[in-house]
This record gives sequence, C-alpha cells and structure tokens, in this order.
Amino acid sequence: MVMGSIMKIQKETAEPANLSLASSGILSAQNVDVFYGDQQAINNVSFEIPENQITALIGPSGCGKSTILRCFNRMNDTIDICKVTGDIRFAGQNIYDPKVDVVALRARIGMVFQKANPFPKSIFENVAYGPRIHGLASSKDHLEEIVISSLKRAGLYKEVADRLQESGTGLSGGQQQRLCIARAIAVDPQVILMDEPCSSLDPIATAIIEELMESMKQNYTIVIVTHSMQQAARISQKTAFFHLGDLVEFGDTEAIFTNPIQTRTQNYISGRIG
Amino acid sequence: MNTDHIVSSFDNALNKNESLILEMGGQVEQQLALATRALQKEDAKLSKKVVTNHNRISAIEAEINASAIQLLALRHPVAVDLRNVVMSLRIAGHLERIGQYTKNMARRTHTITKADAFTGSIDTLARMSDLVQSMIRSALDAYNNRDVEIAEDVRGEDESVDQMHNTLFRELLTYMMEDPRNISGSMHLLFIAKNIERMGDHTAEIAQEVIFMVTGNWPTDKRAKGDKTSRMIFSPEDLDIRPDTKDQG
Repeated sequence: MVMGSIMKIQKETAEPANLSLASSGILSAQNVDVFYGDQQAINNVSFEIPENQITALIGPSGCGKSTILRCFNRMNDTIDICKVTGDIRFAGQNIYDPKVDVVALRARIGMVFQKANPFPKSIFENVAYGPRIHGLASSKDHLEEIVISSLKRAGLYKEVADRLQESGTGLSGGQQQRLCIARAIAVDPQVILMDEPCSSLDPIATAIIEELMESMKQNYTIVIVTHSMQQAARISQKTAFFHLGDLVEFGDTEAIFTNPIQTRTQNYISGRIG
Repeated sequence: MNTDHIVSSFDNALNKNESLILEMGGQVEQQLALATRALQKEDAKLSKKVVTNHNRISAIEAEINASAIQLLALRHPVAVDLRNVVMSLRIAGHLERIGQYTKNMARRTHTITKADAFTGSIDTLARMSDLVQSMIRSALDAYNNRDVEIAEDVRGEDESVDQMHNTLFRELLTYMMEDPRNISGSMHLLFIAKNIERMGDHTAEIAQEVIFMVTGNWPTDKRAKGDKTSRMIFSPEDLDIRPDTKDQG
C-alpha cells in the first residue's frame, strides 16, 4: 500500500523511504508524556507498533491506554487541556509537526469507537461520506465501487446489499460497528485504531468483528484498546500492558499471557489487581 | 506469586487442585514404602493391601483431572495460573504412573512370596526404593514451596537410581547364571528394579514440571542419565561364574 502524504506542503527534499527506516514499526512513540492540565496521564512511554499486525493495548481503567491510542491520530487535539510531548511518528513522519494536515492524517489513521456512531444518514451515505469529502472518487460509479468494496471488506455487504438506502442507525449494534469500520476503510487508511469496539456487543457480534479484524490485518495495521484480556489474547500478535500511565510491558501476546516478565503484568492479567 | 486473586473463589479452586496433588503425592510415596516393606519382610498380606490401595490414587487423579478442566473452562487462567493448572495435569499423570509401578511391584512381591521363590539383592532394591521415596518427597516439597533449587537437586538424583539399577541388573543376572532355579524369582526382582528405575524417571519429570511452573521455562540442560542396562551383555566369564560340572557326565 502506497502511503499518501499527510503533510500540508510536500517537502521536496524529504525522503519518506529513508525516514521510515528510522523505526521498525509503522507507528512509533518515543518518550511520550501526556498531561491533562496538571495531571500526568502518560509517563515517558516508548514503543513501536508493527505493520500489518494487531496490537492490543490493555490495562485497568484510567491506565492511559485510550489516551495513548488517541495520540496516534491526534484525537487529543480536541481536548483543550491535553498536552502531548515526545516524538510520535507515522511511517517515519512526526505527526505533531506543525506542517501535518490533521484531516489527511486521520484519513491515513482511521478510528473506530466504543459506541458505534453512524451518521443519521443512509448506509450508503455513511460509507460514501469520507471518500466524497477527501475527493477520492472520480465518478458516481467509482464512489459506488468504493462503498461496496468497503462494505465487503467490513463483512457487512451481504447483510445490507438490498437496503443501502435505509438508515444506518436502523442496523443492529454489531452491524452498526461494522458500518463504522466500513466508513473508516472507505478512505483507504493504513492504520485503524479501535477503542473498545466490542464492549457493547454480544458474543456472536464480537466474534464476527474479531474474525473481520483477523482478515483485515493483511491490508491494515490495527491497534485495539480492549478491556477483555481474553479478546487481546485471541486476536493480537503484540500486547502492551499499561498501568498508572506507565507502559509496564510490551511484547509478543503469547509470551505476555504465558510467561510475562513483569510482576505487575502477571498480577493484572491473572486477575490479582484491578 | 503470593498476591491473592480479586475473585477469591478462583484462589479456592487453585488451592483445592494443589492440595489434591500433594495428597496424591503423599499416598504414592506411602504406597512405595509399604510395597518395599512387603518385599523386605516377604509379607504377602501387605503386598495385597498395596494393590487394593491403588484405587484411591486413581480416584484422586480423576479428581485432579476434573478440577483442572473446570478451572480451564471457567476461569481461563493465564501466566503462572495457566502453568500451574496445566502442570497439575501432567504431575498427576506422572504420580499415577508411579502408583501403577508400585502396584506392579506389590503384585510381583505377592507372587514370589507365595511361591517361596528365590530372592536376592533385596537390600539394594530397598536402598533404591528409599532414594526414590526421598526424591518424591523432595519433588512435592519443591511443588508446594515453588522451590526451583530443590527441583534441580531431584533431577540430579535420578542418576544414582540409574546406577543402582545397573548394579542390580548385573547381580540378578549372576544369580540366574549360577543356578537356573533362581531365574523365576530373579526375573520378578529384575522387573521390580526396572519399575523403581522408571519411578525415578517420572519423579525427575515432575521436578522438571515444577521448574517450568515456577519460571515459565523448561530446563535447557540435559538431565544426566545413568541407566546402561539396555547396552549390557554378559558371558559367565564376565561375571566370574564357573558352571557347576559335578553332576555332568
């Protein structure tokens, strides 16, 4: 997948290929601190998110996992008192560079939230909205093609093929969440950030989303915040455990769940601290 | 890991599983002591008791299997808890095998005692059994106290058991060559020696599993093994036996 520019003005001297060699992951955080006013939410966190894999961020409530997730597409910009320091890079480019076009960045790094939030529009329009405002479709037919392929990739098309003009809000919870995934996919992102995407879904809808994520990882890098450790163990290749704003441990999911190095990780995943 | 789980019934289930392992281990060790005494005292009644007692060991193994499966299904243990539950299944399997070998030892003791067959090398067999009993005790201590050092010692001790087995193999073969009337009893004693040697192997495996349970890593060094009987062959000359020729001709 070719990476589109997230810069407002393309620097002629920039060599993205070399820049991306600077780190092993598609996303990297180096010495990141995040403050909400005087309150420090993230303490000096550094890690690399590998490409085309699923990385799970786990930890008790208030540990900073959602905060760090939101740093990756600058969603924290919308919170006035939030201050982010340190170095966060997407494919080698500093995403907090003043030259970065945040709208373009969020198209490359999409997001799916805890509560499905379809627009009060038709299923078709929900998915067509992004490609239209980003000017990704060259014609009406092309737009339709993007919508259908996005719905297919999100595993929803078969269920809604005959009612694309019906309201997106009329779908079931699990379908709405897949509609939001289709909406994120439609603008051709490289990374999809998911903030507890299954927390309000039943086990069947959850299993469908998990199966979808598994098939999506060939084309996308997925970072998921989850409260369910079983879900992290089932779907991710890498797991990062956060506690009180610290990144306590980051490694292969299998190792984290069979033989974690840190006592804090062991205590949390085995249900000894909340 | 000393910290308790937030859900106390999880701890209760793990503790119950652990107590069952210790109970089973204690029974197995006692059975071996009784079987050895029966052999030393040529006590047919006691050997029969050992055979019947084995049912209790099988019953505890079934309880451990059920409790471990329940823990896996209901609690989804991870990390040290997962290793604990999975290893309890394996350790129970080894203890059950040791129990089976003890039962077989008691059966053979009963047979040779009833037939008043030849017996020899009983002291060496008893010493070998004592060593294995002490290994079982230590392996259970290591399990109970999460003590990797003791578990390492147990792995090392198995070599001495193997060496005793080599000695017994040679001794019993000598009795058999000296007089064919010794063969029947000696064969049973040789099987008893082999049984005890296998018990040592299973105990060393338990020690290995304790190490994995505690550390999350299997020992990388190869356990020293001293059983050479599979490569042994002797002629009467090797054993310095002069066949009795008085009755011949």
